[in-house]
Amino acid sequence: MSDFLSKYRPLFHKGGKYEKYNPLFESFDTLLFVPAATTSKGSHIRDGIDLKRTMITVVLAMIPALIFGIWNTGHQHFLALGEFIAVGDGMMEKMLFGAELVLPVVIVSYGVGLGVEFIFGMKNGHSLQEGFLVSGMLIPLILPISTPLWMVAVATIFAVVIGKEVFGGTGMNIVNVALTARAFLFFAYPTKMSGDKVWIATDGANTVDGFSGATALGDLAGTVSLDRASDAAKQTMQMFEDGGVYSMYNSIMGFIPGSIGETSVIAIGLGALLLLITGIASWRVMVSSIVGGLVMAVLFNVWDANSFMGLDPIHQLMLGGFMFGMVFMATDPVTAAQTAKGQWIYGFLVGFIAILVRVFNPAYPEGVMMAILFMNVMAPLVDHYVIEGNISKRLKRAKLASSQS
Amino acid sequence: MSKHVNIKRGLDIKLNGVAEKVTSDSSANVFALKPTDFSGVSPKLVLKEGAKVEAGSAIFFDKNKPAVQFCSPVSGEIKEIKRGEKRKILEVVISSDGASSFKKFSPKSGSRQEVIDALCESGMWPFIKQRPFDVMANPADMPRSIFVTAFNTEPLTADFDYTLYGLDSDFQKGLDVLAMMTEGDVHLNIHSERTASNMFKNAKNVVTNIISGAHPSGNVGVQLNKIAPISKGETVWTLNVLGVTTIGKFFNTGKYDVSRLVAVAGSKVTKPKYVKSFAGAQVEAITKGNVELDNARLISGGVLTGTKIDTKGYLGFHDSTITVIEEGNKTEFMGWLLPGTHKFSMSRTFLSFLMPGKSYNLDTNLHGENRSYVMTNQYEKVFPMDIYPVQLIKACLAYDLEKMEALGIYEVAPEDFALCEFVCTSKTEVQDIIRTTLDKALIDLA
Repeated sequence: MSDFLSKYRPLFHKGGKYEKYNPLFESFDTLLFVPAATTSKGSHIRDGIDLKRTMITVVLAMIPALIFGIWNTGHQHFLALGEFIAVGDGMMEKMLFGAELVLPVVIVSYGVGLGVEFIFGMKNGHSLQEGFLVSGMLIPLILPISTPLWMVAVATIFAVVIGKEVFGGTGMNIVNVALTARAFLFFAYPTKMSGDKVWIATDGANTVDGFSGATALGDLAGTVSLDRASDAAKQTMQMFEDGGVYSMYNSIMGFIPGSIGETSVIAIGLGALLLLITGIASWRVMVSSIVGGLVMAVLFNVWDANSFMGLDPIHQLMLGGFMFGMVFMATDPVTAAQTAKGQWIYGFLVGFIAILVRVFNPAYPEGVMMAILFMNVMAPLVDHYVIEGNISKRLKRAKLASSQS
Repeated sequence: MSKHVNIKRGLDIKLNGVAEKVTSDSSANVFALKPTDFSGVSPKLVLKEGAKVEAGSAIFFDKNKPAVQFCSPVSGEIKEIKRGEKRKILEVVISSDGASSFKKFSPKSGSRQEVIDALCESGMWPFIKQRPFDVMANPADMPRSIFVTAFNTEPLTADFDYTLYGLDSDFQKGLDVLAMMTEGDVHLNIHSERTASNMFKNAKNVVTNIISGAHPSGNVGVQLNKIAPISKGETVWTLNVLGVTTIGKFFNTGKYDVSRLVAVAGSKVTKPKYVKSFAGAQVEAITKGNVELDNARLISGGVLTGTKIDTKGYLGFHDSTITVIEEGNKTEFMGWLLPGTHKFSMSRTFLSFLMPGKSYNLDTNLHGENRSYVMTNQYEKVFPMDIYPVQLIKACLAYDLEKMEALGIYEVAPEDFALCEFVCTSKTEVQDIIRTTLDKALIDLA
């Protein structure tokens, strides 16, 4: 294989027949073989890590959420039809049904995204940077299962071109690429991204009586305008008690409707563990964002003006995309704050604002996307003030030194 | 005034081939004086090819500071002057006559000016560097203080406790003359565990600071930043104990004697040990029969900051280590995906993190390709100064002088960024960026 690649390498080099396609060739070449390049300047030895290793670690961390998402897609489908109601039943059927719907989304996301990256790589004459390996997996996991594939493709193109390449590509983007894709769909095709028709694949089959198709947050948002003593409000809140559809147990395990990869806190937790052990994701952002969300949820709980606010704060965090967002998206090193102090502030505000938007604004049943995008934009400002602190300390010292001499 | 500083951020890379504390002799016939060893110096030759020299005869001087001479390490004859692009002088090669006759100096140490004159005239001055800019010190400056580091923390480098053993009177003399040159203090920084020698612990006429922690705690710039950071307009002179001892020896004997014990270390060395030699000696003589030269990288200095040399290359003026490691010019199938028990990484993405005590045979492979900055908080883990390293590097790349100054460019040297470069996921050449920037800024701000 190595010989095979070596044989064709000259064709792709400058002056070669397929010079234009060098980024494509090089990307495959380096994917198969870590290059023999040695250090020429500076440190003679180097750490074993590179961007490929980093990105593949993050992708691995998302695999539990993906697998659970596949199963849950099937599980929710059969629940709606009134078949295989128990969690343990119909494992094969649920997985197969889920895989049939989820894998095409993953394939479209990667195929389209990498395609766009290759085009930019060829145009700009650089090899493919690995950033999209993660974005390509994130995009499917944060979409509702019924998103049409062409929408996935359009959103991915928009995210990669407008969200990333116009800023200079991997490492240069201001806002999270995957969230750009989601935000694009959210505002361009709102009916496909919210409501109670999109979260569960029913295939138009007859659903059982009492099937609603809404998410926990959608139902909660519905209670805000209701009198707390009314039957409707009470009915909704009953679903969050033990034995209800959105019970604490179901929310943590993830047996509830939602975007493909966001429901299971357990699966996300496994990913978080891998990211924290390997040191790839910032533990500061992860911890502070969860703390921020918790603080907001507790404040609401104390205020207790409606049923939504009255929800148990821990339960609040287990719902919707909160945990997924805090573990996989708020921690994106390119768009998060970069200084240690800045990361504490950034993380806290992401969590805080996510719950704030979620509870206050019924138009956005989930605030995580808004919160992260907003803080992505604010992160450079947070860093700016942290670094200003360091600069002014140095300036003060210099003034002191010159006044003494 | 003496301080105890605990350096929390850093990284000790455990490598195979640590030099054993035994010494053997070596006899090199060919030596070289390399102007490239001295940052901020523009050499002007005073001797031509074929000229006879003694140990201590001036070979070139610095055009910007004409008082400062650079001298031949041995007696013999100038064999060749190697030049590179634009006739830049790379090496002045001297063949030794084996007689080791020394030029006679009679250094006086009565006043500050006498000391400075003696050091400049004898070629001892270049041992003294300065911050800002990490270049050879300017004899016309009055430094706020002088910082001396007594230990190396870079992997595999020479242990000064061992190499300077028994040179107590030279060392103390060196400190005494340094003390005459500053209006402030001479700071001697020793390590809480690595430094055992009483010569360092009980040194007089200095402020002794105790440092603890991993590499880069031995870097004089890191110590300086932690003990008394320099500000704009201040100058601090820096050197290591090898320089101090060599200067002291010169004042005690009147001879330009740059002999030193050199650690020969690394995974390609058969018997890692110490060898008695001289600054500028051809390494072939030092490593003879003790090194597998097949596909090896020879480094004058350590693996993080040293200079790549070929088998006929020469030991650097400031160096007391020769490291020989494997060239990593091999591809690795799916290397980025394998568990990687043989790979070392600060991150815990390779299974090798489960073996914390393991010692490695690291080669020179880059382990990846150059990328944009993606990861954050990596440099900060190994960069103990109170400076934001990535932001400073970005200011350097943009060459924004005002920003660089605000972010602390005056406090840093390339070596302080060596670990950042090592751990970098994006394989950015950080030391080169800093060196280039410092050289450019030195000219622009002059």
